[in-house]
Amino acid sequence: MANVKRSPWILHYDGSSCNGCDIEVLASMTPVYDAERLGVENTGDPMQADIFLITGGINSQTAPVVKQLYDQMPRPKVVVAVGICACTGGVFKDAYNIRGGADTVIPVDIYVPGCAARPQAIIDGIIRARELFQKRSEEHDALMKEKKRERRQA
Amino acid sequence: MGVIPFLICFPFVAAVLMFCIRVNKVRNAVAYVSAVIIMAASVFLCAQWVAQGAGKIKLYYHTEAADRIILIAELILMCVVTYLCFKHKRWYISLLSIVPTLGIAWLELFGPEMTDYKRIYLDHLSILMCLIVGIIGSLIVIYAVGYMHGYQHYHTDIPDRRYYFFMVLFLFLGAMFGFVLSSDLLWIDFFWEVTSVCSFLLIGYTKLEEAERNSFRALWMNLLGGCALAAGIIYYALADGNTDLQTMVWSGSMFQHAALVAVALTAFAALTKAAQMPFSRWLLGAMVAPTPSSALLHSATMVKAGIYILFRLSPALKGSLSGQMVAFVGGFTFLAASFIAIAQSDAKKVLAMSTISNLGLMTACAGVGRPETIWAGVFLMIFHAISKSLLFQDVGATENAIHSRDVEEMQGLLYRLPRLAIIMFIGICGMYLAPFGMLISKWAALKASVESRNIILVFFICFGSATTSFYWTKWLGKLIARSSKPPVKDITKTNEMISLGVHTVLMIAICALFPLVSQIYVDPLVTDMFGSARQVIPTGVLYLLVLLILFFFAVPVFAYLRNKHTAVNRKLSYMNGINTGSNDAFVDSFGEEKKLVVSNLYLRNVFGVRRLMVPCEVITSAVIIVTVAMTVGGAL
Amino acid sequence: MTTGVRVVLVVLYVLLAPLIGALLAGIDRKISARMQRRVGPPVLQPMYDVIKLLKKQVIAVDRSQGFLIVSYMILTIITGCLFFAGVDVLMVFFIMSTSSVFLYLAAVVTGSPMSTMGALRELVQDMAIEPALLFSAVGFYLATGSFEVESIIGEPVSAIAKMPGFFAAFIFVLTIKMRKSPFDTAQSTHAHQELVKGITTEMGAKNLAYFEITEWYETVLMLAVVAMYIINSHPTSIIVAVAVILIVYFLEILIDNTCARVKWKDMLILSWIVTLICAGVNLILLMVI
Repeated sequence: MANVKRSPWILHYDGSSCNGCDIEVLASMTPVYDAERLGVENTGDPMQADIFLITGGINSQTAPVVKQLYDQMPRPKVVVAVGICACTGGVFKDAYNIRGGADTVIPVDIYVPGCAARPQAIIDGIIRARELFQKRSEEHDALMKEKKRERRQA
Repeated sequence: MGVIPFLICFPFVAAVLMFCIRVNKVRNAVAYVSAVIIMAASVFLCAQWVAQGAGKIKLYYHTEAADRIILIAELILMCVVTYLCFKHKRWYISLLSIVPTLGIAWLELFGPEMTDYKRIYLDHLSILMCLIVGIIGSLIVIYAVGYMHGYQHYHTDIPDRRYYFFMVLFLFLGAMFGFVLSSDLLWIDFFWEVTSVCSFLLIGYTKLEEAERNSFRALWMNLLGGCALAAGIIYYALADGNTDLQTMVWSGSMFQHAALVAVALTAFAALTKAAQMPFSRWLLGAMVAPTPSSALLHSATMVKAGIYILFRLSPALKGSLSGQMVAFVGGFTFLAASFIAIAQSDAKKVLAMSTISNLGLMTACAGVGRPETIWAGVFLMIFHAISKSLLFQDVGATENAIHSRDVEEMQGLLYRLPRLAIIMFIGICGMYLAPFGMLISKWAALKASVESRNIILVFFICFGSATTSFYWTKWLGKLIARSSKPPVKDITKTNEMISLGVHTVLMIAICALFPLVSQIYVDPLVTDMFGSARQVIPTGVLYLLVLLILFFFAVPVFAYLRNKHTAVNRKLSYMNGINTGSNDAFVDSFGEEKKLVVSNLYLRNVFGVRRLMVPCEVITSAVIIVTVAMTVGGAL
Repeated sequence: MTTGVRVVLVVLYVLLAPLIGALLAGIDRKISARMQRRVGPPVLQPMYDVIKLLKKQVIAVDRSQGFLIVSYMILTIITGCLFFAGVDVLMVFFIMSTSSVFLYLAAVVTGSPMSTMGALRELVQDMAIEPALLFSAVGFYLATGSFEVESIIGEPVSAIAKMPGFFAAFIFVLTIKMRKSPFDTAQSTHAHQELVKGITTEMGAKNLAYFEITEWYETVLMLAVVAMYIINSHPTSIIVAVAVILIVYFLEILIDNTCARVKWKDMLILSWIVTLICAGVNLILLMVI
């Protein structure tokens, strides 16, 4: 069983927020926090990403975008909501344009609270996400194998 | 060999028939039959020549009657040109026809007695030219029958003068046969002038203002070349007492002054005909004419006449000042034209610039004048003739279907108009991709110019090769790129398809049989000219290349077949998550749908025509004027 | 070289090149990290990445991308095999330019804006590289009298002695070929990214894995050309060649980490000027003398 958790690639998207969490997400990629030692790469391309980092609450304009980006990612994939806005809507929760957290549009696996979330917390979220990624990858492998066997039998 | 006069005269007869028959259906039938007869005759000539030992054959000692007919025809031609020039208020151009014609007439009637020589010369090169003109030229005629029908149907504003168009096409073919088969400079001069006038008539077919302007530009440039040719012939005849091309080249290679001057002037004439800079504008202007005429001018006839005469002269060009001029101008044109081609989006303009560029490489090969370069040059000529004719016809047919010849409009043509797109694909691949022919020729040219220590040519080829790939790859990409535009109705006629199909088969066959063609034809051709042939690329490597070709075809096919059954999840293309569900539209910041247009890179600010054309023309003009003046001045 | 040696070399290339390429890429990332005073990913990281990509769900914007990218990979491997079989260098470079056409097609076949733009930049890069490659082939011929790899490395004196200018030009375009920083306009990895992922934007899962593997093969091929400048008939020269390769690779990493990206126009003009000056002057000297 291959160890896919050693290579979690990240797609980062900002739903709508004060940008504080975005800055922290990028900070965790910089030499100071060095997320790359975990094999993390900030791809910016959903086709290549394994982990979807969402910051900020979701409004009606960004909802279809988040959905589309999620759809474009190949399985197995993990979604991480970074910051309290992405988790629940945060201080913007009652604003007329905000629908709520990221889980109002797509299934979120891991919640990283904080306002703004600290880089340490974000990296911790990524580490938890990659464990989940590994688990899902194994499930995906098993599924693929079964499909293959079925096809062969047919 | 009675087939030779038949080959030269029959197209003229066909031309008269074309002019006389005004019923379209009957004329089309006659055109088909004539084209097939011409094709058969040229193949028959080749077969007969092979049966006689495939050597150098000289024919026809006494041809006073034919000489007189040609002289009279030349005077008539002069009158026609003069009349047309005066009619369109450009009387000064007629001087370029009157002066050389009268000069030649004087030489023939009152000039010194010439030593006896033969008028017709057959060797590998002339037979090759006959085959190119005969087969590709006739196919273009067959294509033209279908194309012109659609053209006149679509362009109702242009008067239907198809009888005239086909007349000129056949005249052209006849003149080309005469040109490549004769050895007498006086005959060559006559046929030369006929091709110049024919191209002028073809370009002016639509009678639009632009067509008229371009046709006269073509006329004066080619007549200027004709002047130089006539001057060279007269000078040589007066000094040496004969007008035989072979003798002239032989004396030129012995560095005899009179011959050298004549060679320099003839080479100058050939540069105008081969549309080398600074004379390339006429070929660009020639695109206003209907597509078959472009195909004919660019591939089988006209420009190849210039290249043919340069190949003939090449033993005399080797090591001489005029040879260096030819090599420089050719190499320079190769590079500059491929720069300019990058900035073009009109498919026909890209083709035109690439023609000029490839002709430049052939010219450079001739200018270096070594067996290796001629080997490369001849292959370039064969590949170029087939693939250019193919591409022009294909673009013409595509234009009839999608009503545009812009490369940008060809996005996804492979899915919208598959038949034509695949043929276009093969044509483009033939023009530059690795296992295919042109690249081998380029490779050989580079090798040969390194071996001959021609530094400047090495520069031109290295850079030109890079730029050439750029504009062809760009075009290929457009054809294959996915597009959501609906499929187009393929309205290509059967006759157009026949011509395209034969071209495609020829193209692939030549690529696959490359080593064989090299061994049994091109090597003897080079031996004919230089007495010995040296292989640039060893035969073993050539066979390896053929294997590679098969492999290159096999890899994508194999990969495609394997890939067909793997389960793939289709996703939308990435547009920051804002595409509207299809791949060619997105939501803008006002929440409205916007169409997405992906355009190629044209680098117009760097490689535009306006930026490059004039400086390039100035440089080449300067080089030509200086070297011709030095050769002529040094000899006088 | 006997046929046996050639076969062994080709087989070694096919088997080992991806390992060496991946290892070099890993070292590259490690050294880059150390230059920025951070730990960086493990040396085997590139392999982990590719294994993961191979295991992911197969996705594509367009079906045909798959077979085009596989063709690109196989043709690049064939190019390398030809080189190690000791054939004509010019032919190798010409065929290399053909295989890169397949990469271009694989990127534009999607019709997507990002990958098309990346692909067009890739074309500009190829245009910037090709003269220098052809020039080096010509240089090898002038310096050693042969285009064949076998005779070039069989000379008593290293080719670089006669062609330092060509070497400089080659190293310059190597930066472009290896997608290193000032010239990584078409596609760039890690923190350098621009235009999303450039030419690889629409490649995911398997397709991207094939692309990465091809990159490794290509890197090894290009470094082998560097070695060709150094190796002569003495066996010790092979050790020197390895040392030079490592130095060159380190130099590329250094350039990558110290330069900001330039525009394509500057890249094109700069690389052509360098080619003209370094290789051109060297060429004239070789031809005249």
